[in-house]
Parts: sequence; C-alpha cells; structure tokens
Amino acid sequence: MAKIRDMIPAFELYQPTSIEAAVDLLDEHKRGAWVLAGGLDSFDWFKDRIKRPSAVVDLGGIPELTGIREAQGGLEIGAMTTLTEIVRHERVRSAYSVVSTAAEHVATPQIRNQGTLGGNVAQDTRCWYYRSGWPCYRAGGNTCYAAAPLAMNREHSIMGRSRCVAVNPSDTAHALIAVDAKMIVESGRGPNVYDAEDFFIGPAIDITRMTVLKPGDLLTRIHLPAQWANSDFYYEKVRDRGSWDFQLVSVAAAFRRSGGAIEAARIAVNGVAPYPVRLEAVERFVTGTSADEATANRAGDIAVEGARALRHNDYKIPMMRNLVRRAVRSLA
Amino acid sequence: MELWRRAANPWGQEVLIGVSWDLMWSAVVAAVVFLVGHAVWVKTRPAEEHAAPAPGAARGLPEKIERHSMSSRVFHWTMSVAMLVLLVTAFVPVMGLQFPWLTVHWVAGVVLIATIVYHVIRSIGWQDFGSMFQLGVSEGIATIKHVLSPKAPPPPKAGKYPFDHRMYHHVIVVVSLAAMITGALMMVRIDTPLWSPNPYLFGDSTWGIMYVVHGLSGVLLIVLVAAHIYMAIRPEKRWITWSMIRGWIDREHYLEHFDPDKWVVTGEGSPPVERGTGALADSAVTTRRED
Repeated sequence: MAKIRDMIPAFELYQPTSIEAAVDLLDEHKRGAWVLAGGLDSFDWFKDRIKRPSAVVDLGGIPELTGIREAQGGLEIGAMTTLTEIVRHERVRSAYSVVSTAAEHVATPQIRNQGTLGGNVAQDTRCWYYRSGWPCYRAGGNTCYAAAPLAMNREHSIMGRSRCVAVNPSDTAHALIAVDAKMIVESGRGPNVYDAEDFFIGPAIDITRMTVLKPGDLLTRIHLPAQWANSDFYYEKVRDRGSWDFQLVSVAAAFRRSGGAIEAARIAVNGVAPYPVRLEAVERFVTGTSADEATANRAGDIAVEGARALRHNDYKIPMMRNLVRRAVRSLA
Repeated sequence: MELWRRAANPWGQEVLIGVSWDLMWSAVVAAVVFLVGHAVWVKTRPAEEHAAPAPGAARGLPEKIERHSMSSRVFHWTMSVAMLVLLVTAFVPVMGLQFPWLTVHWVAGVVLIATIVYHVIRSIGWQDFGSMFQLGVSEGIATIKHVLSPKAPPPPKAGKYPFDHRMYHHVIVVVSLAAMITGALMMVRIDTPLWSPNPYLFGDSTWGIMYVVHGLSGVLLIVLVAAHIYMAIRPEKRWITWSMIRGWIDREHYLEHFDPDKWVVTGEGSPPVERGTGALADSAVTTRRED
C-alpha cells in the first residue's frame, strides 16, 4: 500500500528550452522519463512513491509550448498553456466557448493557474485502487480491484471497459472531441497528428495507457479547427462538490444549425468510460431533427444503450441519459 | 533475462503475476533456430529410401485411401484457426501492434475448448483411440537412431500415426490442456455477457501460478505451432498435409510409408477416384499400377 512520505525519490531533472531538446531527452530516457507539465498530477505520484522516474523532463522552460495563436482559420493552443489562459482568452471564449467552459470547470482557480491543457488531457486516471499502488492491470498486474464483487466503484465506468473499469478524469478531453480538435504529438520519429477522439485509448487497446502517448512522445499543440468555430455549444459537468471536484459525468456538445434543424452535431461524454466517449449514434439521430423534446428524450436513451453498471454506480446511467437530453434540449 | 513477473499484492506479499515477456521472444528465437536448423539438417542428409512394398501389396487397395474423415478435417482446421487466433491475440499486442484483443482471445479460447471436447469424446467413442496411444518403444528407438545417424536403418513402417506424429500429439495435448484449463479459469476474472468478473475465486498466489502456467503454455505453443506449420509445408511432407485438406492419401504413399498390418485398409468406404480435378490432382494417383 502506498503511504505519503515527506521526500520524493531522487531523479535527474532536465529543463530543456526547445521542443527538439525535450523530444531528444524523452527519446534518450524512454520509459525512465517523466514529462512534467503543471506538476499537479506528477507530484502526487512521486510523493506516493508509486511512480519512480529516473529522469523528469520539465517543460516549463519551452516558450513554443505556451500561448494561443490563430492557425488555419482556427486556433492553436500550446500544450503548456494554462487553463486560466484558456478561460480568459477572448477568441476561445467567443468561438470555442465549450473549450473555455470546460477549462473553467477544472478544479480551482489556483489549480487552473498552474495546470495546463496538455496536462489535463494527458493526466492519469483517478481510480483509487490504482492510485494507491495496488498491482492492478493498469499498474502492470493482473487484477482489477475496482471491478471485484465488493469493490468501491461509485466513480467508475459504465461502458467501454475491458478488464480495467477506471474512467478518464479530464474535464477538457470531451470538449476537444466536440470541436474535432487535432492533437499534435512530436517524437523522435517526427510529428503525428491525431483526432482528439483517437488520442484517447481504452484498456482494450493498451491497459497501461489512457492516451496514444508512448514513452518518447510529447504532446506539443492542440489545434481547434475553424469548422466548428462559433457553433452552438453545450457543456455540463456533474460532480459531488460544486466548489471543486472531478466529474461524475459530464457532457460536451457542438451543434451547427441550418434553419430550425440540426445540420451537424458532435457530442461526447466523459466520466463514464476509461476514455471520453463520442456518441456517434446520438449525433446521427439528432442530425436533421429540430431538437424537440421527443428528440432529446430519444437521444438520451440512445446514449446509454449498452451501458452496464458496476455494484455502486448505476446512478451514472440516468445521469448520462439526462445530460445528453439536456445537451440536445439546449437548442430548443 | 527474467523468467517471471512479480508484484506486491495489497497485503505486501510478493506474488507471481505471469511469465516474463523475454520468454516470448526466446520462444520466437527458438522457433526460428529450429526451423533453420532443421532445414539445413535435411539438406545435409542423404535422400530417404523406403523399403519397397511387398509384391501384391496393392492388390485390393483403392487408389485413394481415406486418412481423415470430413469431421476430423473440420475439427482440425477449426482448432487450427482458433489456436492461431489465440496466439496472435496473446502475443502480437505484446510485440507492439496494439488492438482490442481480449474479446477475440476469449471467444477463440471457447471455440478451442469446444473443439477439443468434441475431439476427445469422438476419438474415445467413435475412432481408433489406440492408434494414437500405442507405445511403440522399438519404433521410437529406431526412429531416434535414424534421426541421429543416417547410417542407422530406417525405422519399421508405422501404423496410421508414425512415432513423431504421436509424440508431437502428446506434447501438444499436455501444453494445450494446460493453457485451456488455466484460460478457462481466468475467464472468471473478465467481464463477459454471462457474468461479472471475480478476481477472488482463488488467492493471489494461486492466480499467479495459473498465469505463469498459462503464459508458459503460450510461449511453448509458439514453438510447437511454428514447427507444425513448418513441417506441414515442407515439400516431402506435403502429401500428408494434403490429406488433411482432401481427406485421403494415394496408394503409393500408403504402401511407401505405412505398414498395412498396422494400419489396415479394407478398401470399403474409400472415396471414388476423380481424375484430373485441378490443382489437387497433381499428387493423386491417376494411373492404375500393375502389381
């Protein structure tokens, strides 16, 4: 069992000043390296002595990784841009309000001042069995303690699980999916661009990772395309404490309307699966409709098809259903 | 190289959690070494000469001699596909090509178990069970001597299943059963449409041993399956591989390789001769011999 200790294990600290230098360091140290962004997830791991990297690569000194710029008609956000900057950025607020709203729902002002968008989407799951250092599947073992018959799994998944039942904790991940963001990843093999929905992976693909990022990879920028700028957005997060907490379930949606009908939609939820879930069946259903009450109700029902509760989280099914209903109903 | 993976369980006890993936790579290397070594070894040996069949041995024998019934062949190929799917879904993700493997893996495992249960029941109840399980000590010794030295006389002609076939069968039975039994028990730990996972059916140490046995069986199967496929596609063995596709061997191969007293063929129930039927016809006997 993990115990909080007063000292973190020793590691070599590297503070590169360019993306190339950072990528070289990550490539050199591979599995032994740890990427330090805002440090809000990292230091918990280090203090608990569960993660013991030999090299920590601090990205705080790389100016290319910060800031929000116009790009290809949309916006490009550096992975080290703080959540507060995103919340306050006028163009993000006006054209991509679902992203700024999502960023505003992350934790507290102090944490948003320090936390980065890259760190928020790349953070690890908050499953307490995993976080406590138990040898679960995600930690390289062969048991999911949260899926056991008597497990405490109120916050865990209702869909998309495969052995591991943890959920993705990010408040911004599904907002990025809703605007069809592109994630730009640098590595020793060159840059790779992933659609946001493909950036997050489930345990069926790799049970030890939550994103496509492998040792040696570095998320550098997030591009918000022009296509979904100024759409009708909806974001809602349900949590135990309104002041600050991780989501139980949250929804992010983008709609484009023509006349009274929905021309196109992108809807994603988080907190229900080990990855943010894009609801393509719901999107197909609502496209071409006028988003009336009956459509919203049916959309909610479609959203939870296939959902299976664990011992303590059956409340998540109606919660997810209602959030999707409210997202569609917001257009009425 | 490590043999096992270990972890501390929630009570601080060090337990096994599986085999080291180094073993998987070792199995791949071992398979390649065996295949290359065998190919070189065969090249260096003089061509095999088989004793001529006794005069009149072919009298009364059909040209096509049934070796594997349709149900045996369907069983064999279903089991083969299931086994290959199991190996691919078990090891390819570890090798770096990641995909959702678990559901395909356990479904293939269920298919394999079903085919093996069918095979066991059928071979005990409806087939010549003894043909696979005869001891054949003298045949075995002669086979090994002949393998070690080409000057040693060839082993006596075999019954339906030669010594090497029987030994391979027995080894793969043991290894497959170990993988299947542990795999079936491990299924209680995963989420399926039929039940919810329960990791507490056994203690951590027992589960650890089960994972190790499952993993060891898996890496051994890499070598065994690779060797089997290699043997099946070797030129001098293809006639017997064809028999697993079309069900029969020709009379020449029967008389050349098998002892009619040990594998008795009556001529009844053999498939009719179909002359010149495309690609499969090349190794079929299409002209009647004058014996």
